[in-house]
Amino acid sequence: MNDRPTKGCQGCGCSDASREGGAIEGQPARRGFMVKLGAGLLGVGGLLTALPIVGYIIGPATKRFTNVWVDLGAVSVFPAGQTRFATFLNPIRQPTDGDSAKTACWVRCIEAGKFQVFAINCAHLGCPVRWFEQSKLFMCPCHGGVYYQDGSRAAGPPPRGLFEYQWKVDGGKLLIDAGRLPGLEESV
Amino acid sequence: MKVLKASLGWIEERTGVVAFVAPLLFHHVPRNAKWWYVFGSATLMFFTIQLVTGVCLATVYAPSAAQAWESLNYIDNHVPMGWMLRALHGWSSNAMVVMMAIHMLQVFLHASYKYPRELNWITGVFLLLTTLALAFTGQVMRWDQDAYWGLGIGAAIADRIPLVGDEVRALLLGGPIIGGATLNRFFALHVFVLPGAAIALVGLHMVLIIKNGISEMPKPGAVVVPSMYRKEFEERMHKDGVPFVPDAAQRDMVFCGVCLIGLVALAAFYGPFGPGGMPDPTIIDTNPRPDYPFMWLFGAVSLLPPSSETAIMLIAPAVGVLILVALPFMSNSGERAPSKRPAMVLIALVTVMAIAALTWEGTTSSWSPVMNGWSSLPTPVKFVRGRTPLEMQGAVVFQFAQCRNCHSLDGLGGKRGPELDDVATRLSYDQLVRQVQQGGGNMPAYGKNLDSAQTAAVVAFLATLHPANEPDSRIPGAQLSVPTDNATAR
Repeated sequence: MNDRPTKGCQGCGCSDASREGGAIEGQPARRGFMVKLGAGLLGVGGLLTALPIVGYIIGPATKRFTNVWVDLGAVSVFPAGQTRFATFLNPIRQPTDGDSAKTACWVRCIEAGKFQVFAINCAHLGCPVRWFEQSKLFMCPCHGGVYYQDGSRAAGPPPRGLFEYQWKVDGGKLLIDAGRLPGLEESV
Repeated sequence: MKVLKASLGWIEERTGVVAFVAPLLFHHVPRNAKWWYVFGSATLMFFTIQLVTGVCLATVYAPSAAQAWESLNYIDNHVPMGWMLRALHGWSSNAMVVMMAIHMLQVFLHASYKYPRELNWITGVFLLLTTLALAFTGQVMRWDQDAYWGLGIGAAIADRIPLVGDEVRALLLGGPIIGGATLNRFFALHVFVLPGAAIALVGLHMVLIIKNGISEMPKPGAVVVPSMYRKEFEERMHKDGVPFVPDAAQRDMVFCGVCLIGLVALAAFYGPFGPGGMPDPTIIDTNPRPDYPFMWLFGAVSLLPPSSETAIMLIAPAVGVLILVALPFMSNSGERAPSKRPAMVLIALVTVMAIAALTWEGTTSSWSPVMNGWSSLPTPVKFVRGRTPLEMQGAVVFQFAQCRNCHSLDGLGGKRGPELDDVATRLSYDQLVRQVQQGGGNMPAYGKNLDSAQTAAVVAFLATLHPANEPDSRIPGAQLSVPTDNATAR
């Protein structure tokens, strides 16, 4: 604890060289070199070590996920003029997701072959909206966002209408383009 | 005894531990440092309990989105004393936040952050932030519906950050959805990063307490003069101070003892928090709420005007932290007594009242519709007795069109819209028709969703809603558009 690195070492009568145990002339210069070399090596080594660590941590932000067409089932499940609840397993998932990989959406069949598929998440802060058939409204339990049956904003704090999935009908099945959690920056 | 003394001497000679610890225990503190000073110690005690119970819980908890919720239920129901450990961890977490808040309030009111204790205050601010982060990540560990949708709200707020919102959200969630990666991220924060930071900050806080001493009770006229303070303080401590152990520590011990017994009582009586509903996002019959330390934030975010909420949500927290950090630099000398600093007392008072009011607002959350109001709340009999068939039909429409989700009758129903017990004294028949069909003032337009017969019925019902001794609302001189049989029915 007490043997501090020597810097001058005033007053005790010793010289830098003598403290090193009878070192020869020129030793301090070499020590200066060693310090620089050490700092340089540590710096390079530290940087090399930090790169994979930083890359690991910010990985999720740099990785681009692309949506995938997901099967919601036969078109006949969604009768014309009605809005139905549908669930699917998120196509982008990892082994430990468990139930949280399940995703829900609202499918509105305007007329045969014409759909609107809404994300479950309120455009305000993401809470799950619920459909009320009688009043033809979606309501959010968190802050009271309300949407009409076509997904447009009816009342409350949401800055926009419900997020919509792209859809297509293929071989009698309704497919939606899903994967990412919908958000304002880049909706589903 | 002799052997003990000898072995202690042996250890001391090799470690110097007594020489290190003795000054910490017996350093002099102000004689008048009485009960006001116990809250910091209580905070530290609750933090210690968090560390111990947290390590215990980690021996069974499965930090995996697929199993976390089940493992918590297993701890609650099958692990001996498991429920009690979870209860202690949960209640102690709340207690730690409360004690820290009181400690901070005391330091603020007594201006103990002035010279030379500016860094004591700043490490304290960072300890507060760390503690709140621990509380939030702890709520995520529960991995129930509240945790899932709470993360959804966090993700939606992150998403509003301009330019990099998408990247920040991905960093927060660890991927494109709330899932396994999200829980593991928050687990790493909750059990490694944040406790490590908290321990380091507590150590620093302690070093600063020893270095700068505990501040005296403020006295009007006893001003802090930075150039003289330290010398005079040390003289006063030398002359008039008392050793921390036992003079001040005895009060800490008594208070912490009472706190501990209170904690065990709360935990044993009320049990653990959650876990709530299983974290399956396809179960949308949910009503997500944050834990108590964040209820005021939930209230504040909900009451912000939508037009400015993004800016406020993103900027206000940073400004708040900046003000807290800057406080000791804005005033680090002069009077410390609250009686000489009325503006600061007022600021403290307003802050406490605002947080209390927002917590109340968050708890009652009048802005949330009662999602099952339409199907579960009875129509009060007094509002349908003696009504015409059309009016009664209107009461049925009123119920089935989910009006009750936002409007209450006889105190039952949503509080988002106005109570409708006496709506007919405020709105005339024509105005009621307009309001139902076109909405407005935060109400959706029902014109597209109710046919004209339903609208006529529901307005006929609403027009009856006024106290018997008060007339309904009519525009003087306007032609009455209410069908006459309805108008005369009462």
